[in-house]
Amino acid sequence: MKARVTVTLKNGVLDPQGKAIEGALKSLDIAGVESVRQGKVFDIELSGSDKAAAEAALKAACEKLLANTVIENYRVEIGA
Amino acid sequence: MKAAVITFPGSNREGDVAKALKQAGAEVTHVWHGDTELPAGTDLVVLPGGFSYGDYLRTGAIAGRAHIMDATRAHAARGGYVLGICNGFQIACEAGLLPGILVRNAHLKFVCKRQYLKVERNDTPYTSAYAKGQAIDVCIAHGEGNYIADAETLARLEGEGLVAFRYADAEGNVTPAANPNGSLNNIAGIYSPGFNVLGLMPHPENLIDSLVGGTDGRGLFQSLVGSKRAA
Repeated sequence: MKARVTVTLKNGVLDPQGKAIEGALKSLDIAGVESVRQGKVFDIELSGSDKAAAEAALKAACEKLLANTVIENYRVEIGA
Repeated sequence: MKAAVITFPGSNREGDVAKALKQAGAEVTHVWHGDTELPAGTDLVVLPGGFSYGDYLRTGAIAGRAHIMDATRAHAARGGYVLGICNGFQIACEAGLLPGILVRNAHLKFVCKRQYLKVERNDTPYTSAYAKGQAIDVCIAHGEGNYIADAETLARLEGEGLVAFRYADAEGNVTPAANPNGSLNNIAGIYSPGFNVLGLMPHPENLIDSLVGGTDGRGLFQSLVGSKRAA
């Protein structure tokens, strides 16, 4: 089973890296860029086929390590 | 005082802090991050500076989950001293020993320079050798030293007097211009509510010998060793 965990900064948390990327995109004349927020993506291979168990395990993984909930939100998507 | 200095993969300031502790009269043992127990009779656990796990994921995130951190949290819960310097401060925050988090410097640059700090209070185990409000001359060297916490946590830190050091000018004035990384309220270091855990981004262990340009860092280690004797 494949899963994808996406970790993003919470609203209101300053993201200087996103700002720098935003500036670079603008300098490349990419049209219409309003703002950029940088996040992280984790593609995770899981054994077993119980989706509910996988979701619970990945939620624990996010809370324990993948995200720092002081500044970050996370989203878990389970694939096929 | 018996100090245990933890070495993580990527720590690089464990030798310097050990030297500073020995100079102040402490007995130092080096402990590997994979160990599960601290040496018997440990008074102080030191999380040294460096780049543990190459700063992968988030600074201090992986080291903060190391086996030895369970023993370190138990030590802190018993009232034992824990000192986290630079990457050690980041590790302490990630391990839940201190609130908040250190994020990328607001200007995105790594800063490596001499920096004055204002000593907020001198009635703690870490600062008794300094004067309240004293400006001390230490070093900073970090890319992720921008301290942030939610409004409630920040209000609690300020309200309970848990800010240890603030970035300041040579006269001890805490100004925006003296803030090297964007930290909220110029915060350079914070205590746990019991004042037994201290995390700070600057390196007091760099300035312990006039040979390298200053000795203002000595006070912190002398305070710690002295507090043990007094206890």
